[in-house]
Amino acid sequence: MPINYYLFLAIALFSIGVVGVLTRRNAIIIFMCIELMLNAVNLLLVAFSKMHYHQAAAAAIPVANPGIDGQLFVFFIMVVAAAEVSVGLAIIVMLYRNIHSVDINFLNRLKH
Amino acid sequence: MQSSFQLAFLIPLLPLIGFLINGLGRNWHSKQWSGLIGSGAVLGSFVISLLVFQSVEAGQDAVIAYFDFIHVEGLHIPFAFQLDALSSLFLLIITGIGLLIHIYSIAYMREESSSSFARYFSYLNLFVFSMLLLVLGSNYVVMFIGWEGVGLCSYLLIGFWFKNQEYTKAANKAFIMNRIGDLAFLLAIFWLVIKTGSASFSEVFDFILANEGTAKFTATDLTVVTLLLFIGATGKSAQLPLYTWLPDAMAGPTPVSALIHAATMVTAGIYMIARSHVIYSMAPFTMSLISWIGLATAFLAATIALQQFDIKKVLAYSTVSQLGFMFLALGSGAYIAAVFHVFTHAFFKALLFLGSGSVIHAMGGEQDIRKMGGLSGKLKITYLTFMIGCLAIAGLPPLSGFFSKDAILLNAFLHHPLQYGLALFTAFLTAFYMFRLLFLTFHGSFRGTAAQQAHLHESPALMTVPLILLALFSIVSGWIGIPSVLAHDADWLSNFLSPVVGSVVHEVSHSTEWILMALSVGGVLLTIGFAWYKFRNYSATESKGVFRFFEQKWYVDQLYDKVVVKPIAYLGKLFNEWVEPHLIDAFVNRTGKTVQLAGKQIRFLQSGKIGTYVLFMVLAMVTVLLIQFFIRK
Repeated sequence: MPINYYLFLAIALFSIGVVGVLTRRNAIIIFMCIELMLNAVNLLLVAFSKMHYHQAAAAAIPVANPGIDGQLFVFFIMVVAAAEVSVGLAIIVMLYRNIHSVDINFLNRLKH
Repeated sequence: MQSSFQLAFLIPLLPLIGFLINGLGRNWHSKQWSGLIGSGAVLGSFVISLLVFQSVEAGQDAVIAYFDFIHVEGLHIPFAFQLDALSSLFLLIITGIGLLIHIYSIAYMREESSSSFARYFSYLNLFVFSMLLLVLGSNYVVMFIGWEGVGLCSYLLIGFWFKNQEYTKAANKAFIMNRIGDLAFLLAIFWLVIKTGSASFSEVFDFILANEGTAKFTATDLTVVTLLLFIGATGKSAQLPLYTWLPDAMAGPTPVSALIHAATMVTAGIYMIARSHVIYSMAPFTMSLISWIGLATAFLAATIALQQFDIKKVLAYSTVSQLGFMFLALGSGAYIAAVFHVFTHAFFKALLFLGSGSVIHAMGGEQDIRKMGGLSGKLKITYLTFMIGCLAIAGLPPLSGFFSKDAILLNAFLHHPLQYGLALFTAFLTAFYMFRLLFLTFHGSFRGTAAQQAHLHESPALMTVPLILLALFSIVSGWIGIPSVLAHDADWLSNFLSPVVGSVVHEVSHSTEWILMALSVGGVLLTIGFAWYKFRNYSATESKGVFRFFEQKWYVDQLYDKVVVKPIAYLGKLFNEWVEPHLIDAFVNRTGKTVQLAGKQIRFLQSGKIGTYVLFMVLAMVTVLLIQFFIRK
């Protein structure tokens, strides 16, 4: 499958994430949009990793860790994202307990 | 090394310790303690100076280095003292007269509060310390430390009664005038260090002797350095055109005037030039300039002194005039005569100042001689000692002033007959104004108020004993330099000083010398007679014509005011009223306003809504990416 397909899909996912973050007011949905952006990047990493491996194989260039470099990053991102989700969800839970809402437009205390 | 030389470091150190004790503990000491500590410190220095002087007289001399003051690549300036005939003689003058004046001050200043009494003595001790440093230093840098130190102390003591606005102004004037000279002195030191690579007297002089006239040290260098040093001397020693601070310096307490502004500090310039005589002897242009400036100062100050009515002002102008005589001697190459006059002048001028202090004390602070008169009955000791001082300064044999002034006149005669004529005339003026002062103060009838007349009394012993001692020295101190025409082989001073400052041997016939002496003595006697005729019974009259000109001090102060002070004040006003608000303030204020204005606008971006922040973040990132994308291409 050509690399372009992966790229278009990743761009679409990332843009949905960005627009979601910018437009939605529900904190949980914003959270999910952030995850969407992260996963768009993950998809790109896997795709490019595969692509580089195939190109190297076609040109008969010896590669130390065939096709693993990019995928390794994906695992890092997943771990970090998992940690972030746990912290973020905890914050949202605390938020809900305090103001009985998860609407971020109520979170304008930074102004003062 | 002589054992007395090993103690030399104590000479300046003792007054410094005295300064610290009195200065730091001024709120706790009683007056007796302050006076004792102050005088004791100087007494210690005096005793050690005597020991040092004895060793030097026995033919010893030494340069003692204590530590490195400046040590960098290519320049080494040690903190070192030079003990030789010239410095040991000055040591004696400074510590000896300083001691007498400290003792005198205990009585003179006793009405001060104990805190300012201690402050006074701490300043005096600091002055003695600086002055000793000045004459002991074996290089120009150490000399300069002392030079600045005495300037500072002079400032502090002129403005001792700093609550009086006029006195502070006088102190400022003295300080600023001195700074002009100090700057020239500093430039001369830099010039010497650059050219010769050293600041030590011996090294500098050896270098210049070896390289004079070559590319290493051209004749121009020589003239510039000697001129700069001389400008430094005109500031400190109150010569034209920088002399106007000295008469105003009389705002200080009278013993200060005696010590600093008559006997010691103002002779620093003469000491410096005598010390640098090696280079001066090679610069004929500077030498003739010095002699003319000295003569002009002597004449100008003497004419002003004729018409002054403040007892201390007369003495101040007389000091300026006598300093002019000393510079005349320096300019004629007669360094020994100049130092001789410094020596004798220190005694009789200190005596005259202390005598005037005693008079002011008796008059309850009155300084105007028009309101005195007939004091000889009540103030016998003061009168007699003051008379001795007047006779000495007028130059009547066998008092000290005769010998030193005669030496100067003789050298002027050999150097330049016209200068001799003017100097002789100035010497007559000296006799005239001094005896005018004496007659106005002590003779005739009392012209003050009845309350003042009732208050008249002789000063206490603490004040009269220094007067008597100084009077004694005013008589005998000239006997160390009796010229050979009067007594064979009696010129001890020349023998003593000639190894250091070089001797000038003049071949003059004895008859010429006799004629010169007779001329000056006869003239002085006639002048005194004339003064007696004129001022025996004084009644105040308006001065007219040229005398009014003299009374107004040749309008020099007004001239300086118009030429220097006013333009500078105007410039200051310009900067204050135009440049500051319209340029500097405007720039600074506009900068601040711009930032404030920008902040006011940008503040609206901080809405507190997270969505907006994120939007801006995304927009910014997209912008950065776009810019990168297009610039890469």
